[in-house]
Amino acid sequence: MALINFLKPKNQLEEGGRTSAPIVRDESEPETNCPNCHRDIPLSRLWANKLVCTCGHHFRMNARARIKMIADRDSFHELFAELSADDPLRFPGYRTKLEHVRVASYEKEAVICGTAAVGKEKCALFVQESNFMMGSMGSAVGEKVTRLFEYAVAHRLPVIGFTVSGGARMQEGLLSLMQMAKTSAAVRRHSDAGLLYIAVLTDPTTGGVTASFAMEADITLAEPGATVGFAGARVIEQTTKKTLPKGFQKAEFVLEHGFIDSIVPRPGQKRCLAELLKMHNGGQSHE
Amino acid sequence: MNETAYERVKAAREGSRPTGLDYITNIFKGFMEFHGDRRYADDPAIVGGIAKLMDDPVTVIAIEKGHTAKERAYRNFGAPHPEGYRKALRLMKQAEKFGRPVICFIDTAGAYCGIGAEERGQGQAIAENLMEMSTLCVPVISILIGEGGSGGALALGVADRVWMLENAVYSVISPEGCASILWKDSGKAKTAAQSLKLTAEDAKSLGVIERILSEKEMGKKEFYDRIRNLLSEELKSLTRDAELITHRYERFRKLGVSAITKE
Repeated sequence: MALINFLKPKNQLEEGGRTSAPIVRDESEPETNCPNCHRDIPLSRLWANKLVCTCGHHFRMNARARIKMIADRDSFHELFAELSADDPLRFPGYRTKLEHVRVASYEKEAVICGTAAVGKEKCALFVQESNFMMGSMGSAVGEKVTRLFEYAVAHRLPVIGFTVSGGARMQEGLLSLMQMAKTSAAVRRHSDAGLLYIAVLTDPTTGGVTASFAMEADITLAEPGATVGFAGARVIEQTTKKTLPKGFQKAEFVLEHGFIDSIVPRPGQKRCLAELLKMHNGGQSHE
Repeated sequence: MNETAYERVKAAREGSRPTGLDYITNIFKGFMEFHGDRRYADDPAIVGGIAKLMDDPVTVIAIEKGHTAKERAYRNFGAPHPEGYRKALRLMKQAEKFGRPVICFIDTAGAYCGIGAEERGQGQAIAENLMEMSTLCVPVISILIGEGGSGGALALGVADRVWMLENAVYSVISPEGCASILWKDSGKAKTAAQSLKLTAEDAKSLGVIERILSEKEMGKKEFYDRIRNLLSEELKSLTRDAELITHRYERFRKLGVSAITKE
């Protein structure tokens, strides 16, 4: 704005009786501030670049958007959409919270499952939703993920899973903890059937999801900068009374420590996944 | 039995309770401890090895909290690092190879929340145990003897039978942690304990455990004799074929199904 004012020609008419209209920023170019580089980036550019800033920062993306980004056009068929959390323990405030979250996210649960084609390769796909109680895993999430792996075994399909989760959903108590064992057993059956499972860890993947199906894939990928860990950073600081190392629990840190195969920026994910599926004979083990 | 849930939590944490090693040495004969995960280190928070149950060899694994201040520090207060879980898995695979049943004693506030633990894959270590235990070809019985803290407890709990001492607790999160996250007030731990349904009776009614063990004469010979007999009887009833794995799968498969709305 300052620059524009400076360049404005000094015109006699300006001194006259006319009221000068303030020059407003072009409204067709709204911007957002990147939390990483702190620069303003036009939203149109973010959109074109799959919600990735020019500095490489990956903005969070909701599950439906991811499916649109990864699956071939019109190839996604949702499964088990009818399943959603009940309130098994009558936990204080849980039912109200669920109702609010459902309206705000317009999703019934924190994971979306289905089948899709990725670069013409058919697969089973699950994508967790961060806008639904931070992707926490309750009985319905565990059941949907388990059913998807079972479906994939029955139909000899590889599984691609995008994880994002704060962990187990504490409002379902022990039942949510048990989903870790349940989903792990389902992943194992799928693996024993000789089928491929690729996990893509996105920001943040933590707690009970890290300690179950996020870390049980044949190939584990992650988005740049994603937080991947078991315990929360704040809890670790409180427990150990130590300052955490720089980049602690970021995907790059976890890669360096040997727990991730590769970090794949969002714009290249679809091609990478399609290529991996092709190289594994559509997700089946070679004869 | 009329105590509030939070009183149970306090009872489960009581330092005077028998710890994992007490159970091992009093229930089994000739325990020989095996150390190390063959990857990085030996974690004193988890002990394991072979022993005889009556006359049959079994693999025993226990989370150990220690009794004295010095022991407790050495055992890291029963908060295992990834190496502990990897040692446990190594011993389970060894048991599988030689056809020995596996008995686990669980007593932890949770897997350790530390920098090293994260660097060496705490989440991955637990995940691997869950996955591997689900298809372990020998009978597995896990007993919660004190605290059953979340994933760190479950990592030894994917079993054919899961039992709890009457004052043990089993929870997805500590009541204090739950209260501080949900209500920003760790003082509401009592409410949280009540709501989390973490007592042995709750766990049984949710179908998470099969049996509640009485604490009558806890720590005395009669107490251990009783558990030894129960273990021995139960192992006789468990098959050692593909059906074992199928039943274990179904045991966990059904959990939470009734907690879902289908519409």
